[in-house]
Amino acid sequence: MTRRGAGRAVHILGYAVSVAVVLGLWEYLSRRAITPLLFPSPLSTLRVAIGLAAKGQLQADLFASLGRILAGFALGSVLGVAGGVLMGAFRPVRLFFEPYLQFLRFLPALAWIPAVMLWVGTGEVAKIVLLAYTTVFIVALNTMVGVTRVPRNQVRAARSFGATRAHIFFLVTIPATVSYMLTGMRLAMGNCFMTLVAAELVASDSGLGYLIFSSRQWMQTELAFIGIFALGVLGLIADQAFQAASGWLFWRYDGGSLGRTTQ
Amino acid sequence: MAYVTFQEIDFRYGLPGPLIIRGFNLEVRRGEFMALVGPSGCGKTTVLNILAGFETPTAGEVLVDDRPVRGPERDRIVIFQEPDSLYPWLTALENVEFPLRVLGVSRSERRARAAEALRSVGLQGHEAKHPGHLSGGMKQRVQLARALVLEAPIVLMDEPFAALDAQTRLILQEELGQIAVRTQRTILFITHDIHEAIFLADRVGVMTAGPDSTIKKIVEVELQRPRVRGSAAFGELYEQINQILSEEVRRVLRREDSLL
Repeated sequence: MTRRGAGRAVHILGYAVSVAVVLGLWEYLSRRAITPLLFPSPLSTLRVAIGLAAKGQLQADLFASLGRILAGFALGSVLGVAGGVLMGAFRPVRLFFEPYLQFLRFLPALAWIPAVMLWVGTGEVAKIVLLAYTTVFIVALNTMVGVTRVPRNQVRAARSFGATRAHIFFLVTIPATVSYMLTGMRLAMGNCFMTLVAAELVASDSGLGYLIFSSRQWMQTELAFIGIFALGVLGLIADQAFQAASGWLFWRYDGGSLGRTTQ
Repeated sequence: MAYVTFQEIDFRYGLPGPLIIRGFNLEVRRGEFMALVGPSGCGKTTVLNILAGFETPTAGEVLVDDRPVRGPERDRIVIFQEPDSLYPWLTALENVEFPLRVLGVSRSERRARAAEALRSVGLQGHEAKHPGHLSGGMKQRVQLARALVLEAPIVLMDEPFAALDAQTRLILQEELGQIAVRTQRTILFITHDIHEAIFLADRVGVMTAGPDSTIKKIVEVELQRPRVRGSAAFGELYEQINQILSEEVRRVLRREDSLL
C-alpha cells in the first residue's frame, strides 16, 4: 500500500471508529438513561427508516426536498452572480443596490415566510422563493467582492494589449471572479438546508422538514431522527458533489492549484 | 532623434498633495535600453506608469514617436515587478496568446507565435503549466514572452527581477541583455540595482529623492556587450552612479531624521 493509500485508510478508520462510538453511546443512552419514546435507539430508528423506505415515503420526501433546494439554489445563484457582477463592475449600480444588499442579508428567510405565503401562496413557489432569497445575497456579495478585487496589474496588462472594456470584462474580470462566486454558492448551499426545514415546516405535505415536523403528531420521535439524519447526509452529499463538480468544471479558475493541465 | 520624450512632467496623486515628480525631462532613442535608478519612493514607477498611459501627468506631456500619450496602447507593453499580471486560469502558452487573442489573431497562428515566443525565453516544455506551477523566474519569462509576442516597439519593465533570488536574477539579466540586442526594442527599465542597470542599459538615469523628483544625471554606459561585471570600467561606472545615488539617499535619511 502506498503512503497516500495508508493515510486514506487511517482517515476512514478514524471516521468509522468515531461513528461506532457515537452510535454505541446513543444506543446505551436510549436504553438506560432516557425514555425510549423520547429518545429512540439507533436500531429502532433504523427499523422505522427501513419501513418508510419500503413504502417509498422516505425517498419521496428526500427528492421533494432536493428538488426544492436545487430550484431555489439555482435561481438564487443565477440572480446573485448577475447582481454581484453588475454591482462590482458598475459603481452606480453598486451605490443603488448595496444598501439593500447589506440590509436584507441580515434578515433570515424565516422572517419572510408569512409575507411570502401571502404574496405567492403556500405552494412550491413560496419554498423556492425563500430558498432563492437565502442564496442570492451571499452569492451576490461574494461575487461583488471578487469583481472589485481583480488584481490591478491583470487589468493594466490587458489594457496595454489594447483590450476593450468588453474584452477586460469577459476575459479578465469574469474568470478572475469565478472562485469568489463558487465560495459564495457553497456557503449559500449550507444556508439553504437551514431554510429548507423552516419552509417545509409550514404548509407542506412532503419533504424532510415536513417529515421532522409530522413526528410530533403521533409521538414518533424516530421520524424526527430519520428526517434530521437524512437532511444531514443530503447536505454532506450536496456539498461534496458541489465541490467535485466545481473542481471538475472550474479547476483552472482556482489558479490551477488542483494540479491539472490542459495537455 | 528622440523616440520617447518626457516634456516637463509634473505629477501628483490627487489634490491637495505634494508633487511626486516635478519638471521631469527625458529623451529615449529608438532601440535604446534606458534604465532609471533612484531612491525608494522617488517616483520611478510613476514615470513608467505615465509612459504606459496608466497615469495622466498633472502637467507636461509624453510623446511617443511625436504622438502624445493619451492612454495605454499596444505599442507599449509593461512587464510588472509582481507576476500577478499573469492570468492564473490560463496556461503559460495561453497567457502569451492573450494579447493576440485580444487582437483577433486566429487560434492556429496565435498558438504558433506564442509557442515561438516561449521558446525564445527558454520555456519550451512548460507551455501547459499554469502560473501557479511556475517559479518566480519562469513567471517573469512568461511576462517577457508575452511582451515579445506582440512585437510592441516599447517594453516597460518595472523592477522585473527584484523579487527573484540572486542566481536567477543574474541568469535573466544575461538573457534579457541578449534579447534586447537581438530584438532592438526600446526599453525603459526601472531598477534599484546599479549593477543591473549598468549591465543592461545604454544609459542610466539617476533620479533625485522625492517629492519633486526629477532626473539628476544621465550616465552613458559605453561598455562593449556582452558586459563583464568585474571589469575596471564597470567598477568605475558603478562608483560614479553610486556616489550620485548615495547623495540622494542621504538626503532622504536626513529628512526622515529631522521628522523624528
